[in-house]
Amino acid sequence: MTAVQEVPISAGGNPIGFGSMKRVEDQRFVRGQGNYVDDVNLPGMLHSAILRSPWAHARIKSIDTSAALALPGVIAVLTGKDLEGIPRPSLLGDNFAWMPTLSYDTQAVLATDKVRFQGQEVAYVIAESRYIAKDAVELIDVDYEPLEPVMDAKRAMDPGAPVIRDDKGQTDNSITDVHGHKTWESGNAISTAEAIARAEADPNCVVVTQEVMYPRVHPAPMETCGSVAHLDKVTGQLTLYTTSQAPHAHRTVYAMVAGLPEQKIRVIAPDIGGGFGNKVGVYPGYVLSILGTIVTGKPVKWIEDRGENLMSTSFARDYHMTGKIAATKDGKILAVDVDVLADHGAFNGVAQPTNYPAGFFHIFSGSYDYPDAHCKVTPVYTNKAPGGVAYACSFRITEAVYVIERLVDCLAAELGMDPAELRLKNLLKPDQFPYTSPTGWVYDSGQYEKTMRVAMEIAGYDELRREQAEKRARGEYMGIGISFFTEGVGAGPRKDMDILGLGMADGIELRVHPTGKAVLRLSVMSQGQGHETTYAQIVAHELGIPPEDIDVVNGDTDQTPFGLGTYGSRSMPVSGAAAAIVSRKVKERARIVAAAALECSPDDLEWELGRWSVKGDKERGKTIQEIALLSHSSLELPEGVEGHLDATAVYNPPNLTYPYGAYICVVDVDPGTGVVKVRRFIAVDDCGTRVNPMLVDGQVHGGIADGIGMALMELIAFDTDGNNLGGSFMDYLLPTSMECPSFELGETVTPSPHHPIGAKGVGESATVGSPAAVVNAVMDALAPFGVRHADMPLTPSNVWRAIQGNPIRVDMAIE
Amino acid sequence: MEISMKINGAEVTHDVEPRTLLVHFVRENAGLRGTHWGCDTSNCGACVLWVDGTPTKSCTMLAASAAGHDITTVEGLEKDGKLDPIQQGFIECHGLQCGFCTPGMLMTGRWILDNNPKPSEEEIREGISGQLCRCTGYKNIVDSIHWAADHPAENEVSA
Ligand code: FES
Ligand code: FES
Repeated sequence: MTAVQEVPISAGGNPIGFGSMKRVEDQRFVRGQGNYVDDVNLPGMLHSAILRSPWAHARIKSIDTSAALALPGVIAVLTGKDLEGIPRPSLLGDNFAWMPTLSYDTQAVLATDKVRFQGQEVAYVIAESRYIAKDAVELIDVDYEPLEPVMDAKRAMDPGAPVIRDDKGQTDNSITDVHGHKTWESGNAISTAEAIARAEADPNCVVVTQEVMYPRVHPAPMETCGSVAHLDKVTGQLTLYTTSQAPHAHRTVYAMVAGLPEQKIRVIAPDIGGGFGNKVGVYPGYVLSILGTIVTGKPVKWIEDRGENLMSTSFARDYHMTGKIAATKDGKILAVDVDVLADHGAFNGVAQPTNYPAGFFHIFSGSYDYPDAHCKVTPVYTNKAPGGVAYACSFRITEAVYVIERLVDCLAAELGMDPAELRLKNLLKPDQFPYTSPTGWVYDSGQYEKTMRVAMEIAGYDELRREQAEKRARGEYMGIGISFFTEGVGAGPRKDMDILGLGMADGIELRVHPTGKAVLRLSVMSQGQGHETTYAQIVAHELGIPPEDIDVVNGDTDQTPFGLGTYGSRSMPVSGAAAAIVSRKVKERARIVAAAALECSPDDLEWELGRWSVKGDKERGKTIQEIALLSHSSLELPEGVEGHLDATAVYNPPNLTYPYGAYICVVDVDPGTGVVKVRRFIAVDDCGTRVNPMLVDGQVHGGIADGIGMALMELIAFDTDGNNLGGSFMDYLLPTSMECPSFELGETVTPSPHHPIGAKGVGESATVGSPAAVVNAVMDALAPFGVRHADMPLTPSNVWRAIQGNPIRVDMAIE
Repeated sequence: MEISMKINGAEVTHDVEPRTLLVHFVRENAGLRGTHWGCDTSNCGACVLWVDGTPTKSCTMLAASAAGHDITTVEGLEKDGKLDPIQQGFIECHGLQCGFCTPGMLMTGRWILDNNPKPSEEEIREGISGQLCRCTGYKNIVDSIHWAADHPAENEVSA
């Protein structure tokens, strides 16, 4: 089950199974031979650009496209009115001006009546070159009647607030999910309220309340979104090259949106320059490129610029959380209650399982043992871009981990207790697994204390506390922050989880050629995770075929079986399991073939290192390669056995997997300037079995950088006029090599009991777990100033203001 | 206007609009798509190539300004079918994930080593600080450049 056994090495120098292996895909990337969407050029291809709204909220009075159309080289200009005129034979409305979101809401493809956020799509130009398309966009004249924008979630709740979704006949800014709910609750409201009330009345207990904002941020992959659409008018075949983390789900959505027959749609996600959830949604730009090719009959390319990416595509978070934690004075946690106001922007475009409208936020009870927890989430529309689930958040577990880990630190401060000691006192014990949380999640496995102690050991925790005490005495401000997180990933069990009615199970297909070489076809899609390498290792582990003999295909719906794609850290827990299972099917087919060849019963055979051999007579056996050839030969097979070894599988996970980890961050804060220097970051992840430890570490590194970015720098803020203040990399600050320390990693390995190879997934762990560690460290540094909480991002000015007792309000629009 | 420049040692001439950016000239006209584009504001460095041997953000330079100059792109790193040590270093140390920032990082990494064969971690971090990577958190990029420093190509060992 685990990777502890000796792994044989192939002739190509690779582990035939699990172990650090250099990536297959690097060969093309280091040569500049990757193939990203903007690298796709088709004969006769046209280019396109989108005119976007300068206003956050305005009525469109008129649009004059004549000057743009008159520009030489412009082929077509489309407005919302034009799209209203294109009939659509589909279930989802009768014209193209609106499209469905992944949360059963509607979103304008091009605005018809009003614009509802700055950067919203208003008109679409198709031209001979990208320069001409951009020129033409400048020539479109739109007459807007500005309306009062609603730029913060609290204002959106006001009875007198302007109504954003009047297109749906709404009279307020509330959001109703597909089940008719306007708020989303989880846990036991009554028992939690009672537990908190009891604690409030008990002199031996404390209740700490803290408002915690997780501000709006953006995944900002280095490659922006884009697509190249080509409709072959003769065959009716639509090919879409696109930045998609979920090519199959996108194909189905396009079939629904465009009313095109699904078998005629081929979605190809070539190499993707980072996703982080940004490339899960279906954006108007993709749909417009499809309309562009339908209208012109030529291939049409659309590539977003950076400002468009930051201002219009899926943002993340924007969760206004108020948490209450009750505990005994000696530090036993009793109950947690969290109330959330969720800013969803102008369209409810959240990409998450239907039955989980607040994502997996209700895992917020965390890694601790206590009976009572409850949360209530109230979503609202505002005049901001849609989205909400993105940026490696594991369906909002980032927000959940952040609130509980801030609350635990606030509690530690209140009790005057060391935050490590407080956590150790409350962490779940190994014998409690499988553990059912107060909000109903069933955690599969964990050795939390062990993992915590490994992190403390690497950090030299006690020594750090001594150093801190000495420094404080000298007037220097050093902080140590801890975050202990548990995620539930690998969505998910089909009975509970779907997106737009599509169950979250994933298909896989393994072909073994006569010479014993294999091709594995995945439904999930790498955006840099290294699937071409790790999936070959899984097959190698199961079948003993060297990984260099296995090609992995992903990202082309015509070449791969259906599945929901890669996000929410679901590749390894879902598709990784599928890879093991399909390999085992092949192994069983091989057993029958081997038995026929060896003239014995399949039951008489045993498997070892890529070979079936006769029990008690090891010499008599056949390797998987020999069996592959035999399976295609004239060898007589038993009645009902078809021959060949190829197999398919669909994996429907019985439960989520629950990776977890202990993170410790050490910072130095200059109180004069407010500058925070992250000196050290220690991360001990337990993601179960590690297929390729080198790649696991790489995933963790990237996530820690994300956490440092969000904690210290990244913010999509708005002013009260509705202007997006984070619309470029000048304003939306990403961490560079200078802000990131050299991370120190450790591991514990607690396999998932229900996953065929015990793997839990790790893609988002560090993004989920690290922000709280950084913020906790800064708050720890600022404790001598009496600061208990300040919201992210902890920029120098925000830290400086926090020290002055006046931290920045990131929950409100800026005057 | 007609613009000529040397790219990876070969003379390239195209008739383009005067406003054509160097990144577009290299990608679209010369067809070398290893150089990427990632932002509107000269912040990301996905577009870094060398102009006369110096790392340059090609999104912030007109092709016309590069006329007559010597351009080297990521496609020019491999020599005689052998990867440059900087390329090998990124493979050895898992210095890339999605690969989008990689060409720019490789060009700057090679340049750092050409000017400072034994750079410290600080020097490497400062050297790549004008370029963004969203995937790796930079640690493995630093390690990759160090690997290349420790494994100079054979022909350079004697130099
Ligand atoms: S494309 Fe971002 S700096 Fe050149
Ligand atoms: S490897 Fe993806 S941006 Fe650097």
